Amino acid sequence: MNIHEYQAKQIFAKYGVPTPKGIMAESVPAAVKAAEQLGGPVWVVKAQIHAGGRGLGGGVKLAKSIEEVRELSEEILGMTLVTHQTTEAGKLVKKLYIEDGADIKAEYYLSVVLDRKLEMPSIIASTEGGMNIEDVAENSPEKIITVPVDPAVGFQGFHGRQLAFGLGISDKTEQKNIISFAKKLFKLYMENDAEMIEINPLIRTGAGEFLALDGKMGFDNSALGRHPDIEAMRDFSEEDADEVEAAKYGLSYVALDGEIGCMVNGAGLAMGTMDTINHMGGTPANFLDVGGSANAETVAKGFEIILKNPNVKAIFVNIFGGIVRCDRIANGIIEATKITDVNVPVIVRLDGTNAPEAAEILKNANISNLIVGSDLGDGAAKAVAAAKGN
Amino acid sequence: MSILINKDTKVIVQGFTGKEGTFHAEQCLAYGTKIVGGVTPNKGGQEHLGQPVFNTVAEAVKTTGATVSMIFVPPAFVGDAVMEAAEAGIELAVIITEGAPVKDMQMAKAHATKHGMKTLGPNCPGIITAEECKIGIMPGMIFKKGNVGLISKSGTLTYEGANQVCNEGFGITTAVGIGGDPIIGLSYLQLLPMFEADPETECIVMIGEIGGDLEIQAAAYIKEHISKPVVAFIAGQTAPKGKTMGHAGAIVSGSAGTAAEKMAALEAAGATVVVSPAEIGKAVTKALSK
Repeated sequence: MNIHEYQAKQIFAKYGVPTPKGIMAESVPAAVKAAEQLGGPVWVVKAQIHAGGRGLGGGVKLAKSIEEVRELSEEILGMTLVTHQTTEAGKLVKKLYIEDGADIKAEYYLSVVLDRKLEMPSIIASTEGGMNIEDVAENSPEKIITVPVDPAVGFQGFHGRQLAFGLGISDKTEQKNIISFAKKLFKLYMENDAEMIEINPLIRTGAGEFLALDGKMGFDNSALGRHPDIEAMRDFSEEDADEVEAAKYGLSYVALDGEIGCMVNGAGLAMGTMDTINHMGGTPANFLDVGGSANAETVAKGFEIILKNPNVKAIFVNIFGGIVRCDRIANGIIEATKITDVNVPVIVRLDGTNAPEAAEILKNANISNLIVGSDLGDGAAKAVAAAKGN
Repeated sequence: MSILINKDTKVIVQGFTGKEGTFHAEQCLAYGTKIVGGVTPNKGGQEHLGQPVFNTVAEAVKTTGATVSMIFVPPAFVGDAVMEAAEAGIELAVIITEGAPVKDMQMAKAHATKHGMKTLGPNCPGIITAEECKIGIMPGMIFKKGNVGLISKSGTLTYEGANQVCNEGFGITTAVGIGGDPIIGLSYLQLLPMFEADPETECIVMIGEIGGDLEIQAAAYIKEHISKPVVAFIAGQTAPKGKTMGHAGAIVSGSAGTAAEKMAALEAAGATVVVSPAEIGKAVTKALSK
C-alpha cells in the first residue's frame, strides 16, 4: 500500500524527521488559506498523486505571491497528470500540498528499502539528488552508497558514519544532522512495517540542516493489520478500481492490454498461463489468481471483472485442482455462467483431483460457448484460436 | 533416496488444532507422513487426530523426537512460531501460512539460521518425497515415485510440473515448494546441491518467477556445480513492470528481476529453458533420454 507525500510527511513529523512546513488542500480557497497560514514569502504548490515524476509533468510549481498560489492551484487542481510512473491516461489531481519554499544548498537522494539478497533493510543514498535513481545506478553506480542495517542490532553509529562520509559530508554539524536524520528514518521504517521510503530530493539548507523535500512511502500489506492508523491513510481512488474490487473477493487481478481473459488458481500458474498464451500467438487481457479455494461465487466474480474489459474476446479458465476437487470447480463454473452473462467463448482446462469427473460434468452441461481443453497447452491453443474467431 | 525428508521423518504441527492445521495434518497422515504430535498453546495434554497435543514446541520435541515442524499458525504469529521451533531444536520448519509480515520473516529467518534450523516458505505448498512423506498442502496423488527432483516458487506450477513429469512416465524423488515471498527460507542455492548429491535424482526441474535474483544465483551455481540436467521455467515473461503478480515477491522493479534476464542466465548455465510450463514434461523426457 502506498500513501501520498503529505501523509508520509505527517509520519516523518511524528518521528522528528525534518521536513519543510506544509498543509494539504483539496480546494483553491483552502490552498490560499494554507499559503497565508504558512506565511511565505515563497511557496511550492504540489500535486498529490501516487506517482513520481510530478515536477516534470507540471504538477509541482513555485509561487512567489499568494496570488500566484491561487493561480497555480487553479491550474494544478483537477488537471490530469501524466508522468513516467503513471499510465498514458494519467492521474487526476484531487489534492494539493502547499509547502514552504526551502533554501536549497545541495540535493541528495535517500531511501530505505528491503535488500532481498541480504534479507535486511538497506539505506541507499546518493549525491545525485533529484535525479531518477535508476538512471544514476545505470550511468554512475559509484555515486550510490548502500548501507545495510541488520534489524537485530539496529541503526548504529558506524552506519551513520558510512552514510555521512559516503556522501562526502565533512562539516561536523552537517554530519551530526544527516546521521540523526537517517537514524530517525530507519526507526520509522522498522516501526511502521514500511516496504520502502524514498526521499528525492533530500536537501541541505544554507544552515546545514537536512530536510525531506519529498516523501514517498509504501507499506507491507501483510502487516497493515497491526497499523490501523496507516491503513486509514489508504486512498482507494489512487488504485485501479477493478483490482480493489477483485481483492474484496480474495482475487488477485492485474489488467493487461490483450484479448484473452485468464482465470487461474495460483500466482505462478496464472503467470505461466499468460506466458503460454503469448507464446502461442495470443495476448493475455489480465492476470487473475482465484486463489486456492475457487468456488462458484469467486469464479462468477472473476467472470464479471474480466468481462468489464471490452477487449476480451475469449476467456481461458485454467485450474489445477489440488485439495480443491475439479468436479466441484466444474460445478462452480456452470453456476457462474448462470449468474453472469458470459458472451465470449470460455475455454476450460481442469486438471488434478477428479479431473475426469469434471470433464464429464462440463460435457453434460451443454453450454454452447464452453470449450474443454485437455491440458495447459491444448487449452491455451484453443483460447488463442477462439479469440481469433476460429 | 530423497532430500530433506523420508518415510522415517518425525513431524509435529504448529497450529495443529486449527481448521487448516487439522485438515492438512489429516491429509498428511493419510499419505503416510509420521505426524507424531502437534502444538496448540493451552491445549496441551489433549489428543487430536490420534496424536498428542503440547503447549510448547520444546515439550513436543522432547517427548516425540520430532525433527520437522509444519507451521499453520495465523500470519501475525508465524515469526514467533518459527523462533520457538528454532530454539526447541527443530531441524526444518515448513511454513505454509500465507501473508506473514516481511519484517517478522527477516527476524525469524535470522534467528533460525543462528540456531541451525532450516526453514521452507512461508506461503509455500511444502515438501513431498513421493510415496513416503508429505509435509504440506499439495495433492499427494499426483506425485509418483521416480527420478526427477523439483524446486518451485509456485504451488500450482509445482503440481503442473510434477503432473507432466509423471504423465511422461517418469516420477518425482522430492518436490520442494519454496514460496514466492520477498524473504524465503531454503531456495535453489541450498536445494540444488542436495539434489546433485541425491543418487536417485537424475534430472532437476526448477520453476522460478519474476522478482529478486534467486534464479540468477541459481544459474551461477548450476554452471559451476551441477552435472545433472536442469529443466527450467520462469513465470512472468508477460508481466508488466512495477506490478505485484499475486506473490508478494513477484515484481519487476525497474530493470531488475525480469523473466528475460533469468531465462538468459539459466540458458547460459546450460539449463534447458522452456518458454511455457506446458513444455516441462517433454523437456524432462528429452533431458533424460540423452
